[in-house]
Amino acid sequence: MVEAIYGEKIGTTQVFKDDGNAVYVTAIKAEPCIVLQVKNSQQDGYDALKVAFGDVDKKKVNKPKKGEFDKIKAEIKKNMGEIRLKEPQEEIKPGDSIELKIFKAGDKIKVSGISKGKGFAGVIKRHNFHRGRMSHGSHAHRIPGAVGMCATPARILKGKKMPGRMGHEMVTIKGSEIVDVIEDQNLILVKGSVPGNKGNIVYLEKLN
Amino acid sequence: MNTLDKLENKYMKTDLPDFKPGDKVSVSIRISEENKERIQVYEGIVIKRQGSGLNETFTVRKISFNNVGVERTFLLNSPIIQSITRMQEGKVRRAKLYYLRDKIGKKSRIKTK
Repeated sequence: MVEAIYGEKIGTTQVFKDDGNAVYVTAIKAEPCIVLQVKNSQQDGYDALKVAFGDVDKKKVNKPKKGEFDKIKAEIKKNMGEIRLKEPQEEIKPGDSIELKIFKAGDKIKVSGISKGKGFAGVIKRHNFHRGRMSHGSHAHRIPGAVGMCATPARILKGKKMPGRMGHEMVTIKGSEIVDVIEDQNLILVKGSVPGNKGNIVYLEKLN
Repeated sequence: MNTLDKLENKYMKTDLPDFKPGDKVSVSIRISEENKERIQVYEGIVIKRQGSGLNETFTVRKISFNNVGVERTFLLNSPIIQSITRMQEGKVRRAKLYYLRDKIGKKSRIKTK
């Protein structure tokens, strides 16, 4: 069984469950992924599927990429990705497509994506430090505070939490619930938020 | 039509009556207690409608026992609402009837069409 798919974040809204409660959901468009190559443990060292997804203007695709699709006589897609398999799948051949039917409402999944970039952020936002006093003569409003010791070791320890670039990194949320799967629109509704902007590529995988 | 609107359409009600602030309505609400389900009727004056699409809400104000004002806000498309019926059409000049909160007795009446 293939238990993962790539999709695109569309946006958030709220929908109603059967019991009448409204739930906050993120809509993810997951169109069928085309299998380009089946990787196996003898040749590649691990079992995986190389898949392609997303619409693209054919004129903008370069020849090496186009060649991969021509080899299996498939329509050219924009993005490529890999789906790791727990065990080898004999029945899947290049040219097959993976559809969102693998998911159903109520499934627990993990969602990965690249989070929104936050720019150069201070320690309060980046590492959840506490802030200093805002008044009573304190000038230490949002500063990091002491960063090291004295003449020994006379340096700052590696990995010290400091201000810096935040966000725009791969984030995985485990245990998200699927609220609904709308097959005719290729949409998956995931309860709660999902990393990244609208239009961001996300990877959905079943948890077991 | 964008994808989200199309998605929301699936959850929208199609048989909603036409009502606006100032109207007197009765709302039938499904209430489930343990295994039983019963209908509770809530009656009052609509004081606002807010939001759009699937997120649209409306607030109904009624005067309960001992002249205590009660306001309840419902999601218009919520499945717990079994039916909404308009009992009286009101004649008001505002979209949000918050001024009713400060009026009591005869002053809190609304002209009817």
